[in-house]
Amino acid sequence: MARNGAGLAQRAATAAAAVARQPPFDSFLAFARSSVLGSISIVLLAALVLVGLFPQLAAPYDPDQLFYVDLKKPPSMEHWAGTDFIARDSLTRIIYGARITLLVAFISVFVGDALGFAWGVMTGYMSGKFDLVSQRMLDMFIAFPTIILALLLLAALGSGLVTIIIAIAVIRVPGTARVIRSVALSIRAAQYVEAAEAVGASRLRIMSRHVAPQCVAPLFVVASAGLGAAIFTEAALSFLGMGVPPPTPTWGNMLGGVLNELFQPPWWLVIFPGVAITITILAFNLLGDALRDFLDPRLRGKLD
Amino acid sequence: MRRYLIRRLLLAIPTVFGVTVLIFLAMRVIPGDPLRSIIGEGQIYILSDEELAAVKASLGYDKPLIIQYLAWMGDVAKGDLGYSFWQKDKSIADMVVRRGPITLQISLMALIIAWVIGLPSGITAAVWRNTSIDYGVRVLVTLLMAIPNFWLGLAMILATILIWNWRPPVELATLWESPWSNLQMTVGPAIAMGLGFGAIIARMVRSGMLEVLTEDYVRTARAKGLESSTVVIRHALRNALLPTITLTGLYLGATLGGAVAVERAFSVPGLGFSLIYAVQARDWTVIQSLVLLFAVAYVIINLIVDIVYGVIDPRIRYE
Repeated sequence: MARNGAGLAQRAATAAAAVARQPPFDSFLAFARSSVLGSISIVLLAALVLVGLFPQLAAPYDPDQLFYVDLKKPPSMEHWAGTDFIARDSLTRIIYGARITLLVAFISVFVGDALGFAWGVMTGYMSGKFDLVSQRMLDMFIAFPTIILALLLLAALGSGLVTIIIAIAVIRVPGTARVIRSVALSIRAAQYVEAAEAVGASRLRIMSRHVAPQCVAPLFVVASAGLGAAIFTEAALSFLGMGVPPPTPTWGNMLGGVLNELFQPPWWLVIFPGVAITITILAFNLLGDALRDFLDPRLRGKLD
Repeated sequence: MRRYLIRRLLLAIPTVFGVTVLIFLAMRVIPGDPLRSIIGEGQIYILSDEELAAVKASLGYDKPLIIQYLAWMGDVAKGDLGYSFWQKDKSIADMVVRRGPITLQISLMALIIAWVIGLPSGITAAVWRNTSIDYGVRVLVTLLMAIPNFWLGLAMILATILIWNWRPPVELATLWESPWSNLQMTVGPAIAMGLGFGAIIARMVRSGMLEVLTEDYVRTARAKGLESSTVVIRHALRNALLPTITLTGLYLGATLGGAVAVERAFSVPGLGFSLIYAVQARDWTVIQSLVLLFAVAYVIINLIVDIVYGVIDPRIRYE
């Protein structure tokens, strides 16, 4: 199974290398042509990123502005997504929430997958004792259900923006390291690596110049699916009150706020933040699928 | 088979050991020392320096780390999980015995729901590939995989309140004592988690079936003139199910712990809810024990999955 996966991943790497040789815009066009859903999700995510970068342009109000007379009002012409428990505009807070959600997802996936990538390339290429020890260490991290590991880290570090990024990054490392390791293992056997070893290239050089570049395509596939997962984890942790604390809006802590009034929950405060989370995860998942099919359709179902 | 079993068991030992060390270190050495954060957290309780020293001594914190670790392991081996840090009379072992079954029950029910939904839809989608049934299943799968389970739970509660003015009970009720209120309490979380996992199963079964349906032996079976349903169920499905079984085991382990958010959404008094409560109250003895429990359960389930896998698929044993 692992060998098979590695073979597939290697094919993906070659396919991606072929794509990379084209000018970037051409390969982007080729990708857009290959998948309608992929392109739709790219447009959607680009819009989300813009909203996250400039929420003040998209949002009708200020996220902390209070509308005293409109406490917990259902959607209306003035407040499209209603108002919350302390009379803030819900739509505005959802728009500002995109910023934190995307920030956490992008940074944690970037950090976690970069570490996992480096670790995977090293263990895959060096093998031997180093590989054995690092495999056992990864087993140790994989032995925790992800949310539980995140909770353990947050309990130790305290909750907040930085710690939640650390927690999500840490839970990403082992999975990414595993996939990249299996790719690196297959590349180690390639003739050009043997040739580089024969001419006396250092291990660091072989890893960085010959092995790592081939692992980049699988990394992209893993990371794009990982963004959806990171959004889910962040939302769940914020919902549980362990994420970015309340005055700052995140989709998760907006949902968490509903928990206090579950016997009479205002429906708009339950529905809209959840729809925002779902659409974002959906877009990342679709992008991940399209990217994988584009890089190599044979990877379908293998790198999940 | 015996050698395979022994090797798998031996591999689990360093993992469990590592897990205990990791938890131990997280609770003591990481910068935000949990005791210190209890102290820093003004709204809970403020200890003076002397009180802090006394608390540390009472917990054995003044001893070297290695002694503390061994003492903890000794207690755990005896089945003594200790007491809540804040409520000294609240035994953690009791809590696990009382609340654990609820969490386990919800996970198992979610699993059953997932299989009942996922298996038939995965098979139909694969057999009638590229028909409207297939597209329907795929759209649903994609959608369900993106919906966060805890939000689905919130939406379900909202719906039952708005429609029937009813919400699931939150009082602890066991299956054998008060089965009716127990089912009312657990069925919601089970559906909220089961639907998402059912989608993943449907997807796995579908792709597994598609791969297998083009194999030579399936063609042979068809050529022999076997009924289409026999070919699909007896020949194709058996092989297509292998990855799904692994996934189910992994998922069971993950839901045991990952159900925290869903349990919180429904306010179900399971272990996940206890863990959240403990993390918020910085009840570190409870955190330590529950995290250990979740991790060990996960390791054991993975072990069982590996063994089952070895039984079903003989190729694995000789690798």
